[in-house]
Amino acid sequence: MNNAIVRIEEVHKHFGSVHALRGVSTHVNKGEVLVVIGPSGCGKSTLLRSINGLETIDGGRVVVDGNVIDSKHRNINAVRAEVGMVFQQFNLFPHLTVLENLTLAQTQVRKRDKKASQEIAHDLLRKVRIPEKANSYPAQLSGGQQQRVAIARALAMNPKVMLFDEPTSALDPEMINEVLDVMLDLANEGMTMLVVSHEMGFARNAASRVVFMEAGQIVAEGPPRDMFDNPDNERMRQFLSKILH
Amino acid sequence: MQSPSGPQSANILPSETPRTAQARAVDQIAALPFWLIIVLLLGVFLVYQFSTNETYVTALTRIINGISTTLFVAVVSYALAILIGLFAGLGRVSKNPIIFNLATFYVQIIRGVPILVQLLYWAFVIVPLAIVPVNGLGAWLSPVLGGGNFLMNLQSRDIDFASRCILALAFAYGGFEAETFRAGIESIGKGQMEAARSLGMTYTQAMRFVILPQAIRRVLPPLGNDLIAMLKDSSLVSALGVRDMTQEARLYAAASFRYIETYSSLAFLYLSLTLILSGFTRWIETRWKQL
Repeated sequence: MNNAIVRIEEVHKHFGSVHALRGVSTHVNKGEVLVVIGPSGCGKSTLLRSINGLETIDGGRVVVDGNVIDSKHRNINAVRAEVGMVFQQFNLFPHLTVLENLTLAQTQVRKRDKKASQEIAHDLLRKVRIPEKANSYPAQLSGGQQQRVAIARALAMNPKVMLFDEPTSALDPEMINEVLDVMLDLANEGMTMLVVSHEMGFARNAASRVVFMEAGQIVAEGPPRDMFDNPDNERMRQFLSKILH
Repeated sequence: MQSPSGPQSANILPSETPRTAQARAVDQIAALPFWLIIVLLLGVFLVYQFSTNETYVTALTRIINGISTTLFVAVVSYALAILIGLFAGLGRVSKNPIIFNLATFYVQIIRGVPILVQLLYWAFVIVPLAIVPVNGLGAWLSPVLGGGNFLMNLQSRDIDFASRCILALAFAYGGFEAETFRAGIESIGKGQMEAARSLGMTYTQAMRFVILPQAIRRVLPPLGNDLIAMLKDSSLVSALGVRDMTQEARLYAAASFRYIETYSSLAFLYLSLTLILSGFTRWIETRWKQL
């Protein structure tokens, strides 16, 4: 518990009359890969987005690397620079080349000089296996390539933790694996990751811990083997039977 | 001019009856740009008059004296309007209630008052009233700028009517540009802002490097339209005696009673300028639209 990078304590969130998060508590240790699963609308994405302040929370506490995230947090930008985020819809900057997508925040936020940030960008593009696309525009790439650029863009900030919000849900089936492979590489390198995903194969292979959420609450939590092979929670069993056919 | 799509689609299938072929021919004729032919004929007529008719030549030479004022007023007002509109537009999407309300107040006031009335208001109300605080500022700064400095001695009559008109047109159009920029900014999906912010960028950095470059490209067509509209509305300055093309035409017509020749020449000049400008804006749009 002491080397937790992300601590989530009794977090509540309302959207109007909808109580989206109902007292969620968990943590992510350094080097851990936490995979959050659950039916849609259960609050997985909201939980993830509250970690870098994209959603403000109504109660409880989120602590990232010793910094409390709340709406009054003065240095939210410094915390966000340490937390990489990958979106379902990629959200690459369409008016910039792949290389510029990777260098913009490095030069503006990290204040690296242009040359250094370009070197880092090229290294990361090699890492996500598309070094040849540096000068392309996002619209010229496939969905899988765009998502790999998005991962590289987040990694360019040298984040302490990476958040993935359903990173493969908007992809054509044949492109899912190229993205999951990159994520698996990251997990094997010891990156701390918090992943919201429907990819049970990834959860089984990469997760240190799986969290099952339903109706704004964590209803089951444990290592993937226990969670998938003999789930002791009835709702988890029903959920798995639906998606694993 | 774009060619209408009608004539290209005339590959007649063998099964077609003569009746439909005839209907198609009628469609083709109906699709011809008759309006353009008429415009060209009018242009040829006027150019012929300009080269042969002494009265037209005199009227035209007289009106052309005002072309530099017309272009100067239009271009400077437009440039200021874009600047004002950009900041007011950013204010309209601001989450800060003070900034939002100030920007909205400005936009709503300015868009509800006729531009001619705004010209009169700037010329005879705002500028004379603003002289007093400017003089006060000059007096306050006299230890720095010296006694009897420029600001202290500024008088209402030192500010010519062309400048007052430029201010009025700039703020009038700024209100419209503000809404154009707001629409452009709001048309960019919120994922772009979220992606930029989650990389640690500040709101200002995200606006400057991510949102605005995309938004501005998207609103280039309406911005181009407004440049043309500004050129036309610059003729309103003639109401305050500023000697643009319209004012020159009015003076000449009043003195010579040659109304037909004078105002035909004036309309011809404006039309030529707007056609050139619309060609220019279209060129800019195609150059910048690489997304």
